[in-house]
Amino acid sequence: MKDFAQLFNALDQTNSTLKKVAALKEYFDKSDDSDKLWTIAILSHKRPKRTVKTTFLRQWAAELGGIPDWLFEDAYHTVGDLAESIALIVPEAESSNSKSLSEWIDTIKSLDKAPDETKKNTILNAWNSMNTSERFVFNKLITGGFRMGVSQKLMTRALAQHTEIEESELAHRLMGNWEPSSTSFHELIYSKDSAADLSKPYPFYLAYQLEGEPQELGNTKDWFAERKWDGIRGQLIVRGGELFVWSRGEELVTDRFPEFEPLKEILPDGTVLDGEIIPIKDGHPLPFGLMQKRIGRKTVSKKILEEVPIHLIAYDLLEHNDKDLRQEPMHKRRELLEDLLSQRKFERLLLSELVDFNDWQDLAEVREHSREHFCEGLMLKRKDSAYQVGRKKGDWWKWKVDPLVIDAVMIYAQKGHGRRANLYTDFTFAVWDGEQLVPFTKAYSGLTDAEMRQVDSFVKKNTIDRFGPVRSVTPELVFEIAFEGINESTRHKSGVALRFPRISRWRKDKPKEEANTLEDLKGLLKTYPR
Amino acid sequence: MPLLQFNDSGIFCEQANVYIDPWKKVDRAIITHAHADHSRWGMKHYLAHHMSIPVMKLRLGQDISVQGIEYGEKLIINGVEFSLHPAGHIPGSAQIRVSYKGETWVVSGDYKTEADGISTPFEPVKCNTFITECTFGLPVYHWKPQEEIFNEINLWWKKNKEEGLTTFITAYSLGKAQRVIKNIDASIGKIFTHGAVENTNEALRVGGLKLPETIRVERGMDKNQFKGSLVVAPPSAINSPWMKQFKPASLGIASGWMQLRGTRRRRAADRGFALSDHADWNGLLSAIKATEAETVITTHGYTNVFSKYLNEIGIRSMEEKTLFTGESIDSTEEDKLEGEAA
Repeated sequence: MKDFAQLFNALDQTNSTLKKVAALKEYFDKSDDSDKLWTIAILSHKRPKRTVKTTFLRQWAAELGGIPDWLFEDAYHTVGDLAESIALIVPEAESSNSKSLSEWIDTIKSLDKAPDETKKNTILNAWNSMNTSERFVFNKLITGGFRMGVSQKLMTRALAQHTEIEESELAHRLMGNWEPSSTSFHELIYSKDSAADLSKPYPFYLAYQLEGEPQELGNTKDWFAERKWDGIRGQLIVRGGELFVWSRGEELVTDRFPEFEPLKEILPDGTVLDGEIIPIKDGHPLPFGLMQKRIGRKTVSKKILEEVPIHLIAYDLLEHNDKDLRQEPMHKRRELLEDLLSQRKFERLLLSELVDFNDWQDLAEVREHSREHFCEGLMLKRKDSAYQVGRKKGDWWKWKVDPLVIDAVMIYAQKGHGRRANLYTDFTFAVWDGEQLVPFTKAYSGLTDAEMRQVDSFVKKNTIDRFGPVRSVTPELVFEIAFEGINESTRHKSGVALRFPRISRWRKDKPKEEANTLEDLKGLLKTYPR
Repeated sequence: MPLLQFNDSGIFCEQANVYIDPWKKVDRAIITHAHADHSRWGMKHYLAHHMSIPVMKLRLGQDISVQGIEYGEKLIINGVEFSLHPAGHIPGSAQIRVSYKGETWVVSGDYKTEADGISTPFEPVKCNTFITECTFGLPVYHWKPQEEIFNEINLWWKKNKEEGLTTFITAYSLGKAQRVIKNIDASIGKIFTHGAVENTNEALRVGGLKLPETIRVERGMDKNQFKGSLVVAPPSAINSPWMKQFKPASLGIASGWMQLRGTRRRRAADRGFALSDHADWNGLLSAIKATEAETVITTHGYTNVFSKYLNEIGIRSMEEKTLFTGESIDSTEEDKLEGEAA
């Protein structure tokens, strides 16, 4: 665990990707296979099952620290991270230990069915044999949500250097449904056994947002344009007579979408489609909120099947008749995709239509009307592009429509997490309804560091009341809130729910009286019906 | 009428007509220490520990009217007895004891309980009412012994030197900077200083503080000599054009706030060292208990939470609003002032 905690510190102490990769490689070089396997798992967001409730961890830490529970909670809101709060509050350890990462994970796993007393003793003994950074890492393993500041891409790069296997090859091996408890480092990295790989998806090729003008992309004849749908990205796989559906988060979600079941008969074996999973009814997509509601359910009821009918809008063909097509040019893959879909018809499987355009000006206009087509914007794909691994610039671009905006007054504030720890950076915003301010959304990101500090100091000086960690603040500051969509909501007092709200700028020029009204918000709801 | 009151101008002793650390212009001010949020410009007469005087003159002007006294020396004004006692915060920092007709109040100013090698170590003073800071008054703040931290800093400097980097550390120019210079292993290499730090070094050396040799960074210096050396600068120097001349460098920040990962990451420094001139959680509690005070007034920091906790453990406590800022990682008056001095 010492080595792993040191790795964590090394990664945490630098912003240089070169140094991060070097630190990881050094760690892989000196660690044994089981520690390597678990490190890969953790960096791929796979973690051991939670075997101890966080409520217990909080209680025990407060008890050891000799402080009341409310003080623990208050400190936690300042630190903005539970694992770290515990690591800091528990008194300094009296001993040390030499257990490895995987041994500690075994210990954590062994607590699953253990009586509470055993859990408590084990955890307290562990804390008492670790320094602060080991403790932090240990707590993270239990509580989950472990972000080490290393993308899967960097981890794969370091692993490629360590194993001398090519990066894209490794990326593919690390995809899919493997579990660190049921495989070994060797099996995962070196074995060629493909029986276990039937379900294995390809690494998604992801696009960056187009920042400049599309004219800079050159000749329009070299490009395809498609609509960018607001569903979830997914891969649909038919192999060995079975169907697998993967979300972009590398989650196997086949069971959530029984609508696709017939496809295992309809599509030929050895087919992998890349597309957008999206509910469509009466000819147009439904709000993303309904999709979320549906994904959230473990069992899919008849009612929800009728209310939120799922479709796949396919835009790429990655495997055809068992052949990996990713190195073929886009236009070729597209041709095969169109053929396939015209031969194997199924009402739930749609083709992502190409948008016709003669010049970039044309296309810019189409993009402006995206919301009317229930889209987020456009996708631009170079006709001769291969299907690459991960987020790459150059061949694929998303060209999203500008967000909707509204000016709102900040009325509540709470301290943030992570980089925003110990600063009031999480806000609730309101718009006017006559003389009253009605809260309608929360948002945090979007301010510069200097602005964050100014607003933090404003909150501290203008607190009206405290409700636990939340402060109500003199309504005075006005911010422009940007968002991607707006829907009706019965859960919110304002009657609306925003999609991806964030602060786009601080309207220092606007007095609070000039912020927008609830009527303005409802107007947007009418203009962009979903 | 309480012996000390909080009013618009500062902490006021009406019986003696004297203010402690006032933030508005008054006739007579007793100053706990020379940091900008406690020692402000514009008072007719100042009184402070003699070690504070050269720095106060440097910052407030050579022509201020200021009287210096020793720790423990008694001064009687209209029947009220005043005396200064070591606060261990920075050289010359003092707690101010105020006693009248058998009732005693102590104003702590800023303080820490660990000896830092440059300040006279903190001494608890028994009193009825203790006015305390609580900049780090949450149970997540526990400082490591400074020896451990300086070992880390020394190792970091050595490693940077091996890699051909300049070691750039930021610390408040008054107090923290001298603490770093005094306790670091000066045999590793040369120590360069930012103007604001060196001016303070000079003032404190005049007052009698012994420090290893430091070299003021001047225009037109040969940049090669920075390689492998240590540069000590105030926090305001981060990302300044002035800082560019030391590239390639590794940036470290010495501040109590570096205890939290979130603040470390926000500052995008290579290293954060949780080194503070303020008392940590246990330091605050032990200091307060040692005063045996019946009442504790909290002035800056996590006052709300800290007072609530004191009440819960049976020590009567309340908050008072002041303009003291304590140690701040984000922008502060101390920082601004140092920026101007730079």
